[in-house]
Amino acid sequence: MGRNLLDKVWDLHTVRELRSGQTQLLIGLHLIHEVTSPQAFASIRDMGVRVRFPQRTFATVDHIIPTQSRARPLADPLAEAMMAELERNCAEHGVTLFDAASGRQGIVHVIGPELGLTQPGMTIACGDSHTSTHGAFGAVAVGIGTSQVRDVLATQCLALARPQVRRIAVEGKLAAGVYAKDVILEIIRRLGVKGGIGYAYEYAGSAIEAMSLEERMTVCNMSIEGGARAGYVNPDDATFEYLRGREYAPQGEAFERAVAWWRATASDPDADYADQVELDAATIAPTVTWGINPGQSVAVDEPLPALESYPVDERAGAEEALRFMDLRAGESLQGTKVDVAFIGSCTNGRISDLREAARVARTGQVAPGVRTLVVPGSHDVARQAEQEGLPEIFRSAGFDWREPGCSMCLAMNPDKLSGRELCASSSNRNFKGRQGSPTGRTLLMSPAMVAAAALMGQVTDIREVL
Amino acid sequence: MAGTVAEPRIRVEGRACVLRGDDIDTDRIIPARFMRVVTFDGLGDHAFEDDRRQAKGDHPLDDERFADTTILLVGRNFGCGSSREHAPQALLRRGFRAFVGESFAEIFFGNCVALGLPCATLSRNVMEEVMDSVELDPSQELVLDVEARTLTHRGGTVPVEVPDGARAQLVEGSWNATAVLLEAGDAIDAAAERLPYVQGF
Repeated sequence: MGRNLLDKVWDLHTVRELRSGQTQLLIGLHLIHEVTSPQAFASIRDMGVRVRFPQRTFATVDHIIPTQSRARPLADPLAEAMMAELERNCAEHGVTLFDAASGRQGIVHVIGPELGLTQPGMTIACGDSHTSTHGAFGAVAVGIGTSQVRDVLATQCLALARPQVRRIAVEGKLAAGVYAKDVILEIIRRLGVKGGIGYAYEYAGSAIEAMSLEERMTVCNMSIEGGARAGYVNPDDATFEYLRGREYAPQGEAFERAVAWWRATASDPDADYADQVELDAATIAPTVTWGINPGQSVAVDEPLPALESYPVDERAGAEEALRFMDLRAGESLQGTKVDVAFIGSCTNGRISDLREAARVARTGQVAPGVRTLVVPGSHDVARQAEQEGLPEIFRSAGFDWREPGCSMCLAMNPDKLSGRELCASSSNRNFKGRQGSPTGRTLLMSPAMVAAAALMGQVTDIREVL
Repeated sequence: MAGTVAEPRIRVEGRACVLRGDDIDTDRIIPARFMRVVTFDGLGDHAFEDDRRQAKGDHPLDDERFADTTILLVGRNFGCGSSREHAPQALLRRGFRAFVGESFAEIFFGNCVALGLPCATLSRNVMEEVMDSVELDPSQELVLDVEARTLTHRGGTVPVEVPDGARAQLVEGSWNATAVLLEAGDAIDAAAERLPYVQGF
């Protein structure tokens, strides 16, 4: 029996087995940002310990950074204090910081791959649950809390229990207007928001193999929304071509040696899995969430499911969600009026996402009364977009083009919903209050669908626009 | 946080607060705007702030019967979503020392263990019974025995699940992982040297 990628990478990084039964796992790449690292640095300072592998630790600022004026000091004194703390910690410990002035700042899960830091066969940790994004490269990447950020800073290791692996095969071809975002929303809808607890998800099958690395990142990004702390795609030629020539990727002959090693970390054809699930790509439709967790979603042209269709113990939750969202079972989301359109985030803030949204934006004008934000995932993404003339397309259509950051995905910066505003969003979470207003509402969908909603002023089936 | 051993967390005794509902995410436990801080101090005041405000006083955390409780009883998939340790930190600072529920999201669970806070699970039916019992008599003292893996309430003692690894960390006082991981010493560097990518291929 062959072995899967997770088991191979796990064994390669095992320092020792701990008495608790967990593994002391070496972390090959530690990414840090301003929100979850300050307390960890304070803690190692108290312990009198220094960052163990500063050359394997990289920082950026993304959660709190404004997407309009970034002049220092930042207008929000709390944000300024966090930024200053990150700068001080990185300087003190010799950690590379990609700040706004470096021209390479961006969302941590966007810049890791684009700099070539993220590579197959690595273990990656970051104090952010969407670290699963890096699994798109065949890395084992997990989100951690601040105490574990301290663990990695001090020891370059984590104490972790080895997860089981569920292979999710998406076979066949996606229909026009159906994106990676729809695939992962469908997977979460089918397997549930807690279906992945204790598992790493291996995404496979012809539909996944046909995806670009950026699309694979969108899928892996939302593994955590399905309860799986990690998700990955086996590395293949597309992975290696993405990495070739990137700043932190191996160069020249070393690159060829790396490819051989990377290839060997992929799951064997006869690998063993704790569970296997298969989805038919052709059955996936453009999908929109209607509720307050990412599993509460529906095809855009289908009615919201009747409460009776839920298992008895899930009905109260569905009812609460409908009430909060002010939506009714039996009705379709199509035509639901939107107040705000947000394009961006670590899920869908990459160049291919902006291209798809721009393709839609080109066809019309933002509807009166709709507030929009287009937030590139990084400076690199923004530069590429400028080369392709995308900001101009968005601006002429009436969209607001911004500077890179997490922005309204979690609204830690000035970009927020207000009151009961309903937001068509390309981000990853539709939790109550997530986008900055305690009573604000979020509909998750693909970036192209968000652009369409902005133009029409209402939830729109992208297949009618393209 | 320094030192090689943490205080063992074998039992947690105290009154409990009943917080019903499934899939309660960490954005609800501590809304992101309160994370614009460089320490965890003061987070306790903002635990469930938006939910409490919308409930206008009708929230378990504002219920006088549950004042000064130390065990939080929850539903399914509690703590899902964001990895923010600010969530258990806020609940810890609010006075909670243990969580019992139907299930917990993985990162939340790990964050709790790292703070010495046990998360124990029960089947949905038994959880309902425990919640009903506590709502009927909020003055009762519960005992969560992490070592024996039991929960005792007025209605009796029921078995709970705590995974072996977490149980060992809590009972042995090895939940401060940094101290444990540091003990590996040079083995860490040796593991790094074996990895071709650390060596530049």
